[in-house]
Amino acid sequence: MFRIKIPRYWRHKDFRYRLNAWRCNHCGEVHFFKPLVCRKCRSREFNQVSLPDTGKLLAYTVVRSPPEGFEAQSPYIVGIVELDDGTRILSQITDCHPEELKKGMRVEATLRKIREDDEDKIIAYCYKFRPTV
Amino acid sequence: MVRMSSVVIVGYGGYVPRYRIKGEEIARIWGRDRSELPTEEKSVTGLDEDTVTLAVEAARIALKRARIPPSKIGAVHVGTESKPYAVKPSGTIVAEAIGAVPRITAADFEFACKAGTEALQFITSLVDAGRIEYGLAIGADTAQGRPGDALEFTAASGAAAFIIGKNKNEGVAEIEAWTSYVTDTPDFWRREYERYPHHTARFTGDPAYFHHIVNSVKNLLENDGYTLNDVDYVVFHQPNTRFPLVAARLLGVDLEKVKPGLVVGQIGNTYAACSLLGLVRVLDQAKPGQRILLSSFGSGAGSDSYIIRVLENIKLKRDLAPPLDKFIDRKTYIDYAIYARHRKKILM
Repeated sequence: MFRIKIPRYWRHKDFRYRLNAWRCNHCGEVHFFKPLVCRKCRSREFNQVSLPDTGKLLAYTVVRSPPEGFEAQSPYIVGIVELDDGTRILSQITDCHPEELKKGMRVEATLRKIREDDEDKIIAYCYKFRPTV
Repeated sequence: MVRMSSVVIVGYGGYVPRYRIKGEEIARIWGRDRSELPTEEKSVTGLDEDTVTLAVEAARIALKRARIPPSKIGAVHVGTESKPYAVKPSGTIVAEAIGAVPRITAADFEFACKAGTEALQFITSLVDAGRIEYGLAIGADTAQGRPGDALEFTAASGAAAFIIGKNKNEGVAEIEAWTSYVTDTPDFWRREYERYPHHTARFTGDPAYFHHIVNSVKNLLENDGYTLNDVDYVVFHQPNTRFPLVAARLLGVDLEKVKPGLVVGQIGNTYAACSLLGLVRVLDQAKPGQRILLSSFGSGAGSDSYIIRVLENIKLKRDLAPPLDKFIDRKTYIDYAIYARHRKKILM
């Protein structure tokens, strides 16, 4: 039975809903969730930044044997997207079939259901990317 | 009748999910006559979509046209009859997703298919009263139809969002007046814990849809000094392709004024989003100075009617986001088996 860790989901909603990340004031490294120290330079000072919601698809694959909690939407596509500021992000790709995808194609962020808790039924929403409309 | 002092739509957006099922495919499964289908096809959500995600899609499109910081929005009201949670507001999730939190009021409205225009009434009133600078009203639904029931041919999914403000220089259209007409009429209902609604078949026509829309429109026109000659477009709630045309005939409306806002034949009845998506489609093509008469219908029953005048800014803001037709034309057909999976009709 798959369970969602609700406090962790709630803490991460800024990034999962709106791609609001944390940029290190010292070296510029982008962290998706607020860290205690920068993984690159060990600085402890960060600014919240809004990442671009558009980019291009660098690579993708189709997940046919999903991990626990992701069965309901299987098979689904996972890709690496390079946002317009150069940040690379791992994301599900939605609203398309794999044969429609091409490396380098333009994609845009959207909010979608990612999974549900089997017992408490809470829904986890998260960004996904889709071919630009 | 409520006369607005100066309330404008500063941004609008419509969203329709990608998947479609043809009416004849549903008829094939249930052995129905394919010659008299209520709609040609209807929109169906993806596996990862629900009313909240549809509402967020429409709201983000509206924000692109509004060109205001989301933090200036003071209220987010979502009208729907298919909220993902029985207890937990959809409005807070939408507000969080667009960055409008935390200094706002958020609420979900329910009044069958007129929940969206009902949300719009409250947002326009809050703006008109000066309680908020901007407000967001959304009509969104992933409508339910019992397998094999007549409603299964039409119950569809979509969302429309409107950002309301007071500054005419920012507005794409001015809301000049609105009114409501409401009675207790048992034409369609769904009790708690039930998956699908019940309806009283043909009873939904005369005493429900036509009675409320006709009286709502007549009240608005008579009380506010408008005539049908003053309006260039008329948008009715569209439960099927026939009802809005009959309503036009009953009121003496030229059908050419109705056709631009008809979307039901292509996407079905999107319930709380239905008449508002018709309005979005008209805003996508109307010219400054033209007037739109919008009349919704919600079972239970009631109708909200609005007079909306298009402003000069429409020419600048319309192209800041994709038009509704782009989402209507973006479609992938699915068969009944895939539809059953998408709409969670297969219970395990």
